[in-house]
Amino acid sequence: MTHALSTILASAASIILLLAVLELVRRRRLREKYALLWILTAIVLLILSLWRGLVDSIAIALGIAYGPLITIAVGALFVLVVLLHYSTVISALTDRSAVLAQQVAMLEERLRRLEDKQSDDH
Amino acid sequence: MRCLAIIPAFNEGASVADVVHEIYEAQPDCDVVVVDDGSRDATAAAARSAGATVLQLPFNLGIGGAVQTGYKYAWTNGYDVAIQVDADGQHPPSEMGKVIAPILAGTADMSTGTRFRGVGDFKSSTGRRIGIEMFARLVSLIIREQVTDTTSGFRAVNRKGIALFSVDYPQDYPEVETQALAHKHGLRLVEVPVEMRQRQAGESSIRLWGSTYYVIKVTLALVIGMFRSSVAIPEEGDRG
Repeated sequence: MTHALSTILASAASIILLLAVLELVRRRRLREKYALLWILTAIVLLILSLWRGLVDSIAIALGIAYGPLITIAVGALFVLVVLLHYSTVISALTDRSAVLAQQVAMLEERLRRLEDKQSDDH
Repeated sequence: MRCLAIIPAFNEGASVADVVHEIYEAQPDCDVVVVDDGSRDATAAAARSAGATVLQLPFNLGIGGAVQTGYKYAWTNGYDVAIQVDADGQHPPSEMGKVIAPILAGTADMSTGTRFRGVGDFKSSTGRRIGIEMFARLVSLIIREQVTDTTSGFRAVNRKGIALFSVDYPQDYPEVETQALAHKHGLRLVEVPVEMRQRQAGESSIRLWGSTYYVIKVTLALVIGMFRSSVAIPEEGDRG
């Protein structure tokens, strides 16, 4: 693959990712809060795909022979960060759903007691 | 002194009513709340007809979440003492008095009924014993107090313990972590030797296939728990 083609493919992929995220936000299927990390990922990948010189100089500085590996590594790193972020979100949701379940159970019991009392009064 | 017995129950329809009856017999002054942890059998109906108050969780939360529901109920409804009793008949209600005694006497904030102090003839597999022993040592090390049975859920607390557990209770396998948590928040702990029975029905929540996961998860929770900041224990008048 020539440089030009790989650059086009990589930038196109980043742009598609960016547009997909923005479209999901527009349709309210993704909250802005969670879209930010994805948008950042797409932009960083886009910069790395377009700016071949940057990738090459980082690769040289780190002593890595194959430049595009930098793009892949940075992409993987961002995906890991996004996943970790989601794990914290899931944990928070789990905690909240537990609290809700507990309150539902207590409210139901209270309601039952009130209804029993009311039917006794009549 | 208002006393509440908390019975977490998941598909324990076969034994929960007996346990409730036995508690009323052994501790007539104690109210009983059964937390039905999303059972698919008739646990709730059985408990209700036995005269217990039933808190029905809309889906299964696991033992920690279920027990905590009981503590929240105890906190909101102004109970002074709460005691956990298993729904499978493992904890004889006739032994409840022994577990509650240190709480009533005011000598401890949390009292755990344990099997390994010379009473009863509790039989357990070697693997399980080693695990229990290991956690007992680890917890003893962390809290600098001798603990012999960290897997017992036969436990009573006073109002302070109720307050703590209503806001912070370990979720997955809570028995081991509870002692470290209570110690961290300045509760005075005591162990009381009691007799326990073989479970009437149901299965232990600690199964063989899960034991490796259990050991790793609890060890991680214990170690991280040491570095966690304490939670604010609610005061009377706080929103329940």
